[in-house]
This record gives sequence, structure tokens and C-alpha cells, in this order.
Amino acid sequence: MFGRIASGNSALSHLRDEVDRLVGHMVDGSVNWTPLAFNVAPTYPALNVWETEEALAVEAELPGFKMENIELSVMGRELTIKGERSQESATDATWHRRERSAGTFARVLRLPFDVDAEKIAASFKDGVLHVTLPKAEAARPRRIEVKTGNQ
Amino acid sequence: MSAQATIEKQSTCAAGSCCGEGTFAPAVDIVEAGDHLAIFADMPGIAPKDIDIQFEQGTLTIHGRAQPTAAPGARFLLQEYGVGDFHRTFEIGEMINASRISAEYANGVLTLRLPKVAAAQPRRIDVKTAT
Repeated sequence: MFGRIASGNSALSHLRDEVDRLVGHMVDGSVNWTPLAFNVAPTYPALNVWETEEALAVEAELPGFKMENIELSVMGRELTIKGERSQESATDATWHRRERSAGTFARVLRLPFDVDAEKIAASFKDGVLHVTLPKAEAARPRRIEVKTGNQ
Repeated sequence: MSAQATIEKQSTCAAGSCCGEGTFAPAVDIVEAGDHLAIFADMPGIAPKDIDIQFEQGTLTIHGRAQPTAAPGARFLLQEYGVGDFHRTFEIGEMINASRISAEYANGVLTLRLPKVAAAQPRRIDVKTAT
């Protein structure tokens, strides 16, 4: 009878160890477990990037930002976008919903080709940042004339 | 009656009930100050003339029509967000003076101010000393 209790206890402690192991791992982060909120927005801001013959267009939705709080820089083949958005602060106000985030961000975009850093243009309208990065001369498509070999 | 019940998201236009595919529910902040509620909605890329705000039978609807910015047939290297209309509806309680709702749009954020009716505003009651 003691034997059975002992074995019961050992099964129980085994279970507890198992739970501790799993929970412990989740807590210390060795299991790939992140709060949902982090999974929803892995990078900020989301970017749309498209290519034309002459340039690369980069667009980001940055509602609530002001032009003076957005910083752009190009270093070699890396475009860095930094920004800061402050929240409408109101003391003695009650928040019923708070879905919009505030704070700072920085995102680095690797460019697929060399760009002409002198001719980069950026505009910010209705909360949308649009950056045009003209291709460097070497990255532009070149039309190659095919000559007929008249012998 | 708490103000929480006064204004509440009713739907985010799920399951294509009213809008087509590619319609987004804007993220909103709803803040209640003394005499009004303020709604801040992130609606980037919408021209002010393309924003419709309607109030009908206690339901406030905001809708923004988007214009695509990329040329058709552009070769996308990254497409991390969709461009589409914004749509969201809110139930408005009787505490709000619907005729005085005002809206403004700046930097991609729509700000709505919903003044409370006088009866719903906090009132300070002075306590007089009985002499």
C-alpha cells in the first residue's frame, strides 16, 4: 500500500516536473512563445516597395506623424526610416479604446540596387510617406542595339 | 449609464457585409473628456473629400475611399500592406448631441468630436457652509 502511494506520488511529481519544465521554458523564453501583440506587428512600419525603370518607390503609412518627426537616410544600399509619434495626451480623460500605438520606430530597408543618393525625393501627404530613389546610372536598364552582321 | 456603453464599435465590416474585399477597419482611440468624446481614427492616404461621415439612427459610420498610389502593373518587391477603403461603425448613445458632431482630418488621422448633451456633462456642485 505504501508502495502504491509512493508510486502515485512519484507520478504526481513527475507530472509537476513536466509542467514546470514546459511552463518554465515558456516563461524564460526558450520556447518560441511571444505574446500575440508582438506577432501581429513584427515590423513597423509596413512597407510597399515597387520598381520602375528609373527608380525604386518606397511607401509607408504613417498616420499621425509629422514630416519633421520623420528622418530618412541612405547609406550605400541601405535606406533607414526613423520616426516618432506622440499620443494625444489628456489628463483627467477616460480612454474607452486605445488601438493606436505611439512611440518611436526605426526600420532599415536593404535596396536591391545602387541609387543616386543626390536625387532621392520624399513626400508626406495625408499620413503616407512616399520616397522615390532614382537608380544609379549603372543600375538602369540599357538598350543594346543588335547590329546585323553583313559580311 | 456609463460612457463605455455610449459609444461602442459595432462592426468592423467583417464577412463582406457591406464592403468589398480590401476594406480595412481603422485603428481608433476613443477618449472621453469632460464635455465631449473624441475619436481618433488612423486613415492614411485618404483625401479629405473622400471621407464620408454619416450619422443615422444612433449609428455613426465613417468611410474613406482610397486611391491606389502605385501605377497599375508596377513590379512590387515588397507588399506588406494593402491599400483599400476604411470603414467602421459606432453605436452612439443618447448622451451625445448628434447635431454638433464635428470632424477634421490631418496627417492621415480623422478626429471626431462628439459633444455630450448638457445633461450628461459632469457638474460641479458647490457645497455651501450652512451659517
